[in-house]
Amino acid sequence: MKLPFYPGCSLKAQAKNFETSGIAAAHALGVELVEIERWNCCGTVYSLTGDDLMRQVAPVRNLIRVQEFGENRMAVLCAMCYNTEKRASLRAQRNKEDLEKMNAFMDKEEDYRGEVDVVHLLEILRDEVGFDRIKDRVERPLRGLRVSPYYGCMLLRPREAGIDDADRPRVMEDLLGALGAEVIDHPYKSHCCGSYHTVDDPHLVARRAHAILSSITAHGGEIVALSCPLCKHNLDDRQELVAQLYPDFSKVPVVYFTQLMALAFGLEDAMGFDQHYVDPHPLLEEKGLLRKIKV
Amino acid sequence: MSDEKSIMERIREANKAYTTGLDDEGIEHWVTIYLMGKAYKVPADLTIMQAIEYAGYQFIRGSGCRAGFCGACATVYRKKGDYKLHAALACQTRVEDGMYLVQIPFTPAEKASYNINKEVPDEQVLLKYYPEIARCVSCNTCTKACPQELQVMDYVQAALRGDLQKTAELSFDCIQCGLCALRCPAEICQYHVGQLARRMYGKYGLSEPPSPAQRIQEIEQGRYEDQFNRLMKMGRDELEKLYNEREKE
Repeated sequence: MKLPFYPGCSLKAQAKNFETSGIAAAHALGVELVEIERWNCCGTVYSLTGDDLMRQVAPVRNLIRVQEFGENRMAVLCAMCYNTEKRASLRAQRNKEDLEKMNAFMDKEEDYRGEVDVVHLLEILRDEVGFDRIKDRVERPLRGLRVSPYYGCMLLRPREAGIDDADRPRVMEDLLGALGAEVIDHPYKSHCCGSYHTVDDPHLVARRAHAILSSITAHGGEIVALSCPLCKHNLDDRQELVAQLYPDFSKVPVVYFTQLMALAFGLEDAMGFDQHYVDPHPLLEEKGLLRKIKV
Repeated sequence: MSDEKSIMERIREANKAYTTGLDDEGIEHWVTIYLMGKAYKVPADLTIMQAIEYAGYQFIRGSGCRAGFCGACATVYRKKGDYKLHAALACQTRVEDGMYLVQIPFTPAEKASYNINKEVPDEQVLLKYYPEIARCVSCNTCTKACPQELQVMDYVQAALRGDLQKTAELSFDCIQCGLCALRCPAEICQYHVGQLARRMYGKYGLSEPPSPAQRIQEIEQGRYEDQFNRLMKMGRDELEKLYNEREKE
C-alpha cells in the first residue's frame, strides 16, 4: 500500500530518527510512505482565530499537494502536524464558505476540493495493517521491556480530530503489546507536557515533565513511547532541568513508538537511539534487546 | 576619436537612453501608460524602462545593467480592469496600454553579518540569522511577486526546516531585486535568506571542483606565458579588435 506522507519540519531536523524509524517500520509492514512534493510547514498549531483564514492556508496547501498526487489520503507521523492538518481538513470539508475564500486567495493553485482525509500512522497500523500482522512481523519481541505510552494532547483532542477514545485510548497499548512489550498504564498519558511554554517558561515544563515521568516510574514504567517531537523535547531533553530541580529524580528514556517498532522488527539501521538526551541504550542492552557496542 | 574622450564621457554615452532622438513620425503603435498617476503616450515597442525615459524621466536609482541580471529595476504595476498588483523588472518587460506604473528605487532590508568560516552548516543556521522565517504562513505572495519566476515560498519553507541544499538550489537564480521582501506579509527578507543558504551550501555542501587547481598548476608551469606576453605587447586598438572578435560562448 502506497500512502502520500507529510513529514513536517521537525522530522527533517530534531526528530530525524522519528522519520527514519517510521518509514522503515511502515515499509516492513508493506506500507510505503511516499513523501509529498513541495510541502510547507503546517503552521505548527491549529489556529483558533476563527476569522483569520490566512492561518489555515498553510495546512490546506499541503492537502492540495496530495490532491495533485491524485490521492485522497495523507499520512502523518508528527502528532502536532497531524492535529493541525486534520482540523484544517475538517474545516475545509465542512465550511464551504471558508473553502471558497481560501481557494480564491490561493489563485495560483488548483482549487482544493475538500476531499483529502488526514490519517495518523497509528490509525493505519490499527485499522488497515492490523495488530496480528504486526505481531507476525516481530523478530525480536520486546519481552520484559516495561513501556508506558504517552499520548499527550494532539492525538486525542479535540474529539473530532482524535485517533482514539480521548479518555481511554488503546491504540498505542495494543501496538506495544503486539511488539511483545509489557505495557505500563499510568494516569498522565493524555495530560499536557507543557507544549510551547518550553520556549519562555522552561521551569513550568520541567514541573510537568517531573509529574508525568515520576508517575510513570512509580507505576513501574522504565521507558516512554510517544508520537510528538515537542512532547519528546519536553519529556526527554528537559530532564536535564528536571534533575536540577528535583535531586531525587531518576531519568527515564523517552522514544518514538516507531523506534520500538524498528527495534522489534530488527531494523538495525533505522532505530536512531542516538538522538536522545536520556540514552536508551543501557536499558535496551540490559534487557538483551540491543547488543552492547564494544569500545 | 573615442580615445580622446574621458572615461566619464564614455560611460555617459553608453548609458544614454535608447530612445533619445527617436523619430516619432515613423512609429505606428502607441500605448498610454500612467507614471505615478500621470498619463503618457509612448511607443508600444518600448520596455517599461525605455518608456519611462521616453516620457522624460531620468534614472538616478532603480536602473542598472538593463539586461535583466542586476535586479536594480524592480517595478510594480496594475493594469486596467485587473485587480492584481504585478511585479516585474522594468528593463525586461514591455509596456502595455493602461499600465499604472511606479519604480521601486530600493528595498530596505537588513542583511545579517556573519563569518562564513565560523558557521556550522546545520538545520539551525538560517533560523539563527533570520528567525522571522518562522513567521511564514505559506501565503505564496513572494512567489507571485518574483520576476525570475522562482518558487520563493518553497525555498523559505526549505529554509525553515534547515534544508540548505534545497534553499540554495531553489533560490539559485535570485537577482536580489527585493520584490518578494516588499510584498511579504510576514516581513521576511527572502533574498537574504537564500543568499546565506547558497553561501553555506557552496562552502560546506559542495565538494571542491578539480578544475581550478588544475588550471593554477598549468599557469604555474608556464603554459600560458607566451600568450600573456603577446597580449601585453598589443596596443589598444589591437586589443579592442581581439576582444570584439573573440569566440563567444
